Amino acid sequence: MSDFISEKVKNMQPSGIRAFFDLVLGMKDVISLGVGEPDFVTPWQIREAGIYSLEQGFTSYTSNKGLYKLRLGLSRYLKNRYGLEYSPDEEILITVGVSEGVDLALRALLNPGDKVLVPVPSYVSYGPVTELAGGIPVYIDTSKDGFKLTTGKLLKAIDEKTKAVVLNYPCNPTGISYTRKELSALSKVLSAHKLIAISDEVYGDLTYDFEHVPFATLPGTKVSTVYLNGFSKAFAMTGWRVGYACGPKEIIAAMTKIHQYTIMCVPITSQMAASEALESGKKSVEEMKREYRRRREFVIDGLNRLGLRCSRPQGAFYAFPSIKTTRLSSIEFSRRLLAEQKVAVVPGTAFGDSGEGYIRISYASSIENLKSALARIEIFLKKRS
Amino acid sequence: MDEILEILEKNGRAEVGDIAKMLKKKPESIKQSIKKYEKEGVILGYKAVINRELVKIEGSSVRALIEVNITPQKDVGFDKVAERIYSFAEVTSCYLISGTYDLLLIVEGKDLNTVARFVAEKLSPLENIKGTTTHFLLKKYKEDGMILKHREENKRIAISY
Repeated sequence: MSDFISEKVKNMQPSGIRAFFDLVLGMKDVISLGVGEPDFVTPWQIREAGIYSLEQGFTSYTSNKGLYKLRLGLSRYLKNRYGLEYSPDEEILITVGVSEGVDLALRALLNPGDKVLVPVPSYVSYGPVTELAGGIPVYIDTSKDGFKLTTGKLLKAIDEKTKAVVLNYPCNPTGISYTRKELSALSKVLSAHKLIAISDEVYGDLTYDFEHVPFATLPGTKVSTVYLNGFSKAFAMTGWRVGYACGPKEIIAAMTKIHQYTIMCVPITSQMAASEALESGKKSVEEMKREYRRRREFVIDGLNRLGLRCSRPQGAFYAFPSIKTTRLSSIEFSRRLLAEQKVAVVPGTAFGDSGEGYIRISYASSIENLKSALARIEIFLKKRS
Repeated sequence: MDEILEILEKNGRAEVGDIAKMLKKKPESIKQSIKKYEKEGVILGYKAVINRELVKIEGSSVRALIEVNITPQKDVGFDKVAERIYSFAEVTSCYLISGTYDLLLIVEGKDLNTVARFVAEKLSPLENIKGTTTHFLLKKYKEDGMILKHREENKRIAISY
């Protein structure tokens, strides 16, 4: 049967983590800190807008680019919030989450053999999707640099086949983000080498220590940046699957071409709900953000107390502590923690080899859960020492 | 609002040590703030929110909303009359409101009769009371931000990227 499968797909890295994930899913009474989505339900007024749109009979396709109302709303939202100007007519495309945005951007931009730089540890899709698009992912290990891409490492990785860099900040899995100064330095390197930035900023609204700076707002970057964002994380709307891609009109037009054949359009119910989110969701987002920030402090304090050294994540809802003191591999640590104490975390290696020695802990979970989980991790560590 | 209050308003049992960690402050400073709030009457108390639909509590199974029309007293306005009313233990809430009547009370009693008797014998005869309208409460859906219907937990898959 496997003869039927394309070589490309056959050669895609099978996730070694799959087996571990299946283990977690098959187990009962687990405290899971392995979840990559908010524990909040979508705020009611947003859900209500979705329900109302169904009642009103909005059940058709929308334009390929997405509802004009939503694109207009986004255009205004980005201008007000970041001073970022995108035309709703030509420079914004509504996608099925940021995941589709990443795929479209890579497919629209890459010629066979083009290289895409991916700082790792990173979200899981960038590398495989690059390969599917005919490109070659080049991974840049950031683990020695506090999980930040440095201009030095960036310069070293660039060659004549390099076409684009995938940025993701605040970062899943590390929670690391960049200041304006750091981004500015990176943007100069990108400009000098005429590279495109594919910037996944889906956690941008969940930045705690400083204002999030969209890459496209830096001087001279807008013409060569695909800005990707979505409603999943900040508005707690993961299941609605609404994201958006903004960029130069030629790139958005190219992405829309693929989108119209593969997706057609994002479900109208979701788009209507997203539109409501833009109009009335701000207060809920702020409330959730405050809650995440408190949990962050709680978790970082707890992990450091347990000797699982953890640098301070500036955004998202993840902590990425080192487990090297246990001398276990990431996967072994995770497997044993699950078996012995029923706490689920994601091994750092799920996000690339450079995640070895780390685990990802999601604090999109109640303080009570986090507290019990930390207590269980403490017992786990004590039994080992 | 101070985040300490935000945390306690959601969870009155939040521990000082945990709040300190969440806000990155010393437990001692959290303790002091809470004491101050308690002393100033910002924090009035701590209690469990009980769903009485699920438990029968002796002597308080019927509730009524009572609209009260009153004649304000010279010098002290509504406050003095309100005080005479809210001092009854049967009155669990008392609000001065705008509109066609003046006070809105929530009154609790063990049955219909008890509440009716309270209105007839204690409330109505009070000086300054011009009239009352009693609404018996049939079903509670939501109270103080808490929805009474037990809802299924949001089921996220236990592990995801």
